[in-house]
Amino acid sequence: MTAKNESRRSFLKAGLSLSAGAALGAAALSGRADSMDAPSEKIKLVTADGRVIEVEKYDLSIDDRNPASIEKSHYGLPGRKFVMVIDLAKCKNARKCVEKCQEGHYLPEDHEWLNIYLLKDSPESAPYWFPRPCFQCDNPLCVSVCPVGATFKRTDGIVLVDTDRCIGCKFCMTGCPYSARVFHWHEPEVEVPEGTVYSPETAYPAEEGTVGKCVFCADLLRKNELPRCVVACPEGVIYFGDLNEDTVTNGVETMVFSELIKNRSGYRYHEDLGTRPSVYYLPPVDRLYEVEEGFSLHAENPEILERYKNTETYKKYFGDGH
Amino acid sequence: MDINNTLTIDGAIKEFAPQIEKTSPLGWSWITFLSVLVLFGFYGLYTQIAEGHIVTGMRDNVVWGIYIVNFIFFMGVSYAGALISGTLHLFRSEWRKPVIRMAEWITIISLLIGPLYILLCIGRLDKLHNIALFGRIQSPITWDVIAISTDIVGCIIFLYMALLRDFAHLRDYPELKVPKWKKKLYYYFALKYHDTPEQRKKLNRTVDIMAAMVIAIAIIVYSVLAWIFSVTLQPGWHSTIFGPYFVIAAVYSGTAVLIVSMYLFRKVYKLEHVITELHFKNMGIILLVLGAFFGYFTFSEYLTKWYGSQKNDELLISILFDKYYWEFVISNYIGVLLPLIIIGIPKFRTIKSITFTSLVVILALWLNRYLIVVPTLESPYLPIQDSRSAWVDYGGTWVEWSLTLGGIAGFLLLFTLASKLVPIVQLSALVKKDKSEENRKSE
Repeated sequence: MTAKNESRRSFLKAGLSLSAGAALGAAALSGRADSMDAPSEKIKLVTADGRVIEVEKYDLSIDDRNPASIEKSHYGLPGRKFVMVIDLAKCKNARKCVEKCQEGHYLPEDHEWLNIYLLKDSPESAPYWFPRPCFQCDNPLCVSVCPVGATFKRTDGIVLVDTDRCIGCKFCMTGCPYSARVFHWHEPEVEVPEGTVYSPETAYPAEEGTVGKCVFCADLLRKNELPRCVVACPEGVIYFGDLNEDTVTNGVETMVFSELIKNRSGYRYHEDLGTRPSVYYLPPVDRLYEVEEGFSLHAENPEILERYKNTETYKKYFGDGH
Repeated sequence: MDINNTLTIDGAIKEFAPQIEKTSPLGWSWITFLSVLVLFGFYGLYTQIAEGHIVTGMRDNVVWGIYIVNFIFFMGVSYAGALISGTLHLFRSEWRKPVIRMAEWITIISLLIGPLYILLCIGRLDKLHNIALFGRIQSPITWDVIAISTDIVGCIIFLYMALLRDFAHLRDYPELKVPKWKKKLYYYFALKYHDTPEQRKKLNRTVDIMAAMVIAIAIIVYSVLAWIFSVTLQPGWHSTIFGPYFVIAAVYSGTAVLIVSMYLFRKVYKLEHVITELHFKNMGIILLVLGAFFGYFTFSEYLTKWYGSQKNDELLISILFDKYYWEFVISNYIGVLLPLIIIGIPKFRTIKSITFTSLVVILALWLNRYLIVVPTLESPYLPIQDSRSAWVDYGGTWVEWSLTLGGIAGFLLLFTLASKLVPIVQLSALVKKDKSEENRKSE
């Protein structure tokens, strides 16, 4: 646990100098935008290399109650290009990532951003667990088809939804070939801390009749923290990082992204569709767990097991009559 | 068509006036019945607005259901006016005259009802104005909004041009026993049209231009509608022939609806001498040709998917041939073969059989749209897993069906009321043009 925190801290430290620059950049970039809703107040900071700089207070004062404004959410974090790598060899459907995601984004229980699929590529090949966040595509069809520009692509690669503007036509849901988008079919029955201001980066408080999806925890990234699912995973399945830095980390180990992808034959799901996802997968070779562990872990939760009842693996494990 | 030679305009009004002058008790109960169904639809709408989209069968996988099917269906029906009346007008086919008014009403009414269904799919109707405020021209939905609103305006102008003469005739016929407001309405809608040679020339020119425009707009509208589906990457939708396929299917269903309404109005208003077997046979042959085209498009669409099938096409085809076996048979086999047999073989070609075929075609075309929308959403790239099992299978709920029934009833109701406003047969068209011109000259 301590080792994990250590390395996480080092990742954060590595990002610190960049973040000061980032804050500056953001201020410069979105100066026009900020003037609308943020009082201009500068505060002095000391950077990692000892320089004293002045930044907008608003750019630093981001807490859970005062997240980035809608306007500000449209700009990516400067100099960043976020990327995720998911190591399929390590996933055993523990679903901690899903739990933390639900909690952290105040999602209703029937509105899940992260899904874990049980895939089997061919009758001969072995089944494997496949977590699917939003792929934050570089050529996102969901963004192209949106009639009102409620969903947008940022410079740091993240695709967000502005539920304030979303009319709920669901065209983006049919546009996404990865089923990554979900709808608020009814009033979200979730208690959100009082006084919470809506931001596309946090995506809560949610609104009935609008579309939601994984936001790569844009709110935490702004605070230089790792996404919730990355931290939550007990196996370190999910690596997260910056393509410009060519580095990804799962909170325990930090890797060179390009080498990781090269050495472990990383790939993107359905590359042929031309959507250019920001999420890479490492194939499930030399696996740490039997695939069935993903069932036995949830033996007490038939609702979870039920979700896989149409898969061949499930039928084999529980017998056809189950 | 001896009627053309014997009728003067006054004679024609006298003959058809009872349609708009009085409503039989049966007529009133029909109107009441339809109104009740429409109210039932409104109750469904109220439920959906009050409780949210959770009351529909739509969920995260099948995000569009019966509503979109109805939307495509009604938009398709609206083709009756555009293509039948527009094309026949441009070809100057004489026989078209008694049926074009019906075709045009079908167009307008279905164009008013169809788009309502797309509104039912929208989660936040209260934010609909965002389309005007932030509309992005890159989105096919924006194309749709522009195209459909243009179509509605175009078709209303086209219908109105055809109505103008009749309004003028009804205004100028003093013995008409209708309430005062109706007379006033005729007066205002007639726009001081007195059939002077100059007015007539202008009107004819406008109708010619509008007929051509309406055909073009209608083709664009339906192609845009098809592109909403085919621009996505979904296996059953990502198809290059969807534009023309939808256009053909639309005219096909529009023609079928026109034939059925010809049958009904002929029975109810005793129009046997105006709408004759010839009309049914001619319309039947149009239906036959369209059916053949529809079959051809359907065949090439599914043949290419099935023969060189990719993994997801294969999945889709297997769903179509397993879960939706009967729907597929009715829509794509019977819906194509029945007109070919019944109308194709002269011996079977009667008014009743042609009408029956049209009814089957209407059902088949509705199912065809269902098979385009729902099974594709049920076969996404990533298998449907890890979503609550109660949310996996789509089926329309009572709310969706109530609104479907409400829409159909609304269509029939408006159509009935329209036939009470002006005669369902275009009066001015029944009188031979040169003859009435002669009369006017001699006056």
